[in-house]
Amino acid sequence: MAAFEAEVRLGTGYPGTPSTEILETFQKLGGRAQWSPNEKVALEVGVGVAFAGARALVTMKHVGLNVAADPLFTVAYTRLDGALIIVSADDPGMASSQNEQDNRRYAVAAGVPMLEPADSQEAYEFTLRAIEISERWQLPVLLRMTTRVCHSKTIVRRGTVAIPPPHTPHFEHDFPSRVMIPAYAKPAHRRLRQRLAEIAAWNDEAENVETENGEAENRKTGLNQLITGSKSLGIITSGVAFQHVREVAPEASILKLGLTYPLPIELMRKFAAGVERCVVIEEGDPYLVEGARTAGIQVEGKPESFRFGELNTARVRRILEGDTSPEPKPAPGKPPALCPGCPHRSVYAALKELDCIVAGDIGCYSLGVLPPFEAMDTLVCMGAAIGVGLGLRHSLPPAEAKRVVSVLGDSTFVHSGITGLVEMVYNPPASGHVLVILDNGTTAMTGMQEHPGTGRTLSHAKTGKVVFEDLARSVGVRNVHVIDPAQDPGKFQKLIQECLDLPELSVVIARRDCLLATRAIREYERCNEQPAN
Amino acid sequence: MSSQPTNVVIAGLGGQGVLKASAILADVAFSAGWDVKKSELHGMSQRGGSVSSDVRFGERVFSPMVPPGKADFLLVIASDQIAVNWAALGRDGLLIAPSQVDESALPNQKSMNVALLGVLSRYLRFPVEAWISALQRNLPEKLHEVNFQSFYLGRGDGPGNQQTSLRTDGQTDRLTDKLTNRL
Repeated sequence: MAAFEAEVRLGTGYPGTPSTEILETFQKLGGRAQWSPNEKVALEVGVGVAFAGARALVTMKHVGLNVAADPLFTVAYTRLDGALIIVSADDPGMASSQNEQDNRRYAVAAGVPMLEPADSQEAYEFTLRAIEISERWQLPVLLRMTTRVCHSKTIVRRGTVAIPPPHTPHFEHDFPSRVMIPAYAKPAHRRLRQRLAEIAAWNDEAENVETENGEAENRKTGLNQLITGSKSLGIITSGVAFQHVREVAPEASILKLGLTYPLPIELMRKFAAGVERCVVIEEGDPYLVEGARTAGIQVEGKPESFRFGELNTARVRRILEGDTSPEPKPAPGKPPALCPGCPHRSVYAALKELDCIVAGDIGCYSLGVLPPFEAMDTLVCMGAAIGVGLGLRHSLPPAEAKRVVSVLGDSTFVHSGITGLVEMVYNPPASGHVLVILDNGTTAMTGMQEHPGTGRTLSHAKTGKVVFEDLARSVGVRNVHVIDPAQDPGKFQKLIQECLDLPELSVVIARRDCLLATRAIREYERCNEQPAN
Repeated sequence: MSSQPTNVVIAGLGGQGVLKASAILADVAFSAGWDVKKSELHGMSQRGGSVSSDVRFGERVFSPMVPPGKADFLLVIASDQIAVNWAALGRDGLLIAPSQVDESALPNQKSMNVALLGVLSRYLRFPVEAWISALQRNLPEKLHEVNFQSFYLGRGDGPGNQQTSLRTDGQTDRLTDKLTNRL
């Protein structure tokens, strides 16, 4: 909503829990949003938008920022004319992710200012403030969210933050600020550090609101919030942890940080000096603790066991009480499973039957690792199926090497499998290789988003379409097959067997629409076929 | 303490309408003027796994998550998920489960979530009109009628169903008193 109100020109991103809904909502409100093939491209498009003087919003889940890290580190050196806001949705506790990395580290590593909202209201306000900061210092800003901020809904009052209108897009040559050859990048790095020092000073001195009760109306200017309470206990916190702290320790003095890179060190020092006991409560890595201690501020951190998983009020209470006794284990829920009738089922049945070594990837089909299939042997990151499969083929003894298959989904293939395909053609293993693309016509795992292989945009309108079989042939794969794996599972298994027996490269595209998406896909196709008016 | 929020945990399996039910409840509480926070975990849960959603409302709500063992109501749409979520329920809390609804009378199996909201509505002081308009706002029009019926089936006092008595026992009376005092 904030992005829409701030007239963000373009929203880009790649779907990923818990970030997916942001662009979908922005588009529904009337904003222009598009899915990119991956996060790196999304960020690069956003960089172009900001170079043109317009406002850009780029969204991704935490691991997406790994993919986008390359442009991130260097765009921080450049001069932006419009705002560039990067939303990183972290997933502490790994509700739906392969790791629980803490992306606050990226802000430090890349030298990018970072804001951490604690609820929906702040997600709204901080987006606007991030735009303001981005344009004032001509730097990208990281808006670091977590699952419990993204997937929670709290009441939002609009109009609490006013920011200037966007610039009119316009291009001016400015080689030293935008062309990062060493001669220009050296002064650019110094300029970045200078700007960060200015922001740190600003974060220390200005804009901090002192409030007795943390009422919403008092927080309209403050990025950091100081709640004056008991002198015996002071808590430094950020993000959703603040909410838990308020509930567990209503009497405590609280310094709630909103702009967490660069840290307001002097503010933290003053706060810590004014209380008898100063505890840092934060989810994930000990980022604030380390920041404080590096500056010589005496604070208590949390025991190592609380680095893992999300915090909640019970865990915050334990931290404050120094209780490190074993925590009750939650009852195991029912694990997700491939839907009955899912086309991936027949693929895994065949791979299991053929005793394949399966280099897998990220998507619904990751569930192939669970019973009854147990037919996926590796999962690392988006697109890794191909490279990992090739590495296995290169090094295993021939009898095992020829059983290796790489399996990845359609959206994952577009995201970062295409370079793997090129690697396969460029450095083919002696035994050949088999790549199976599970093409179910949608990004199913994250909730049926479109991608370049569907030929439809984020809003499901018709657009250019990447045809996988043409792509595979064009880079030099001779054995390219397209087959519906569910129509005749026996035939599918036979095809895989034939490909495994061949000491050549094969690409098998197992194409059948996701059962959950079939109806919607048919409807989009029907709408797109109708001539406009 | 009057500032303690009311805590509801809604649980079930992917596809059963857990998130829809929590959205409707949050909408009703919001319309009544309470501070409301709602939070959930999903993602992989779309594939039939366990899903749960926390809804908290009151004068002022901080954490969006219901603290373990503090749920006033645990509403479970799939019977086999009761054990999984049991730890959420407070000592004086109330379980709302499919066994409290006549499943054979449900107009649509998929509307168990709304039928259980109907059961829940007996214990919360929101007018029935508020529930109906929240259903209207949160569901597509073609599903309105089915869900109104399911809601009244759970509530037990719908139009044409006025004689159905509320099943109460000591525990729920106490709970209702407690909540009444609180709200």
